[in-house]
Amino acid sequence: MQNIKRTNFSENIMQAIFFLSAFISVLAVLAICLFLFMRGIPAIAEIGFMDFIFNEKWGPTNTPASYGILSMIVGSIYVTAGAIVIGVPIGLMCAIFLAEFCPDNVYKFVKPAVNLLAGIPSIIYGFFGMEVVVPFVRENMGGNGYSIMSASLILGIMILPTIISISESSIRAVPDNYAEGSYGLGATKEETVFKVVLPAAKSGVLTSIILGIGRAVGETMAVVMVAGNAVMPLDKIELFKPIRTLTTNIVTEMSYASGLHESALISTGVVLFVFIIILNASLSLIKSKAQRN
Amino acid sequence: MIDKLKIENVDLYYGEFQALKNINMNIQENEITAFIGPSGCGKSTFLKTLNRMNDLIEGVKITGKILLDGVDIYKDMDATVLRRRVGMVFQKPNPFPMSIYENVAYGPKTHGIKNKAKLDEIVEQSLRSAAMWDEVKDRLKKSALGLSGGQQQRLCIARAFSVNPEVILLDEPTSALDPISTMKIEDLLIEIKNNYTIVIVTHNMQQATRISDKTAFFLHGEIIEFDETERLFSMPKNKKTEDYITGRFG
Ligand SMILES: Nc1ncnc2c1ncn2[C@@H]1O[C@H](COP(=O)(O)OP(=O)(O)O)[C@@H](O)[C@H]1O
Ligand SMILES: [Mg+2]
Repeated sequence: MQNIKRTNFSENIMQAIFFLSAFISVLAVLAICLFLFMRGIPAIAEIGFMDFIFNEKWGPTNTPASYGILSMIVGSIYVTAGAIVIGVPIGLMCAIFLAEFCPDNVYKFVKPAVNLLAGIPSIIYGFFGMEVVVPFVRENMGGNGYSIMSASLILGIMILPTIISISESSIRAVPDNYAEGSYGLGATKEETVFKVVLPAAKSGVLTSIILGIGRAVGETMAVVMVAGNAVMPLDKIELFKPIRTLTTNIVTEMSYASGLHESALISTGVVLFVFIIILNASLSLIKSKAQRN
Repeated sequence: MIDKLKIENVDLYYGEFQALKNINMNIQENEITAFIGPSGCGKSTFLKTLNRMNDLIEGVKITGKILLDGVDIYKDMDATVLRRRVGMVFQKPNPFPMSIYENVAYGPKTHGIKNKAKLDEIVEQSLRSAAMWDEVKDRLKKSALGLSGGQQQRLCIARAFSVNPEVILLDEPTSALDPISTMKIEDLLIEIKNNYTIVIVTHNMQQATRISDKTAFFLHGEIIEFDETERLFSMPKNKKTEDYITGRFG
């Protein structure tokens, strides 16, 4: 009797803890949304939606001040696209290698190395970028090195662990009998992996790419250290010239901004947030599509 | 009668465990040969030695000789060439997660056929041979995973036809299917046997009597008896065979 009571009691406590934890997570998201939108939306209204999003002139300290972030939106898109162009092929090939071709004694070293890559703080990536990548770009490709190219290279490396680990596990999750069917028709290992196994892992691979995009879009510290951060007029944006992104716009100016300027930086955060929401929505879409198949 | 496959003194080990013991048999062209026996006796293992699917499993050791048209398949033949000539249909239907068309076109594409008209022709021909062209001709672009289990298995048979094999191995191809699908596949096998050599593992002794010309009874990795199907079931020579087919064990 007493035992039963105790079980019920501890069960109730556990349930309360579970509920509380879930509640706190949801509360955190809500609080952040509320903060962003309450501070950001009025500023967007004051600046004017079109003037904020589709104007390339950013001059908060000019008279009259201008608050257009189009150049940073384009900047974020460019460095992220660059990261994808660099990170996805390398990451995917690495994932395929790890899942299908890697001998055990090599796997022992490569896998922890990839995991370590995921754990390196972004400030370290930033230092590496400043000290190694920027000079490399300056000397071998042109410009002063602080550029879209440098930011893309660093971000491309930073998204590798995301692409690799999620793609690898989704490739491993493909049922063996697909591969058997392919071998049974006289296909080679390479044909089987690239034409049957990889397509079957498609949704996991797409997921990894989208999470990689999310990481690249949101990355701040490493980018601010290598991108040069100049606000470029749209027609002056070039691969080997500096660039400012949404995130670096906020971090460069937050320390001294006030009034509408400060609010405009928070509005920049709102735009970033909308990007992330779109990415998350596409993730859910991929998931539900994968489940239907 | 021509011996399509000759198996001489084959032993197979999974690591230390001996799964096949001194297998000797000849499999004849244009016949259906059935393997029966209780589960775990080595039927699937033996079937897979015939197109070297065991190569994919680590720690497998095979001794003895298997000859396809007189050529040693382990010594003098590339595994991909062998598997193209000796196709396989698995116990669990395993169509690729692609369209019906792509499933059947996959094999020929892998073997270098790129011409669209030629591929169309192969796909139609293979699906016709598997007696399912009319069922699927209007939905070739649809995912194969949307088909019923029986249709999926016949698609896998069509897929096996697509590379124009000489021998088709089937491992309990109907064990997951309903009676009507099973009957369709049995009819199909009888219909095509004049053009192929068919080896089928079956858990179901009625199935062996319905469709096969010869039957081999396996037990603990050995062939206990191998004979004309009719003779094996009506006048088994070995006591163990008799016990098995009369349902006294297994
Ligand atoms: N990959 C494997 N590794 C180790 N042992 C195996 C493997 N596959 C099958 N076996 C063993 O070999 C024996 C024969 O198995 P199998 O050929 O699948 O039998 P059947 O098809 O007649 O049911 C069984 O004892 C089984 O446990
Ligand atoms: Mg079996």
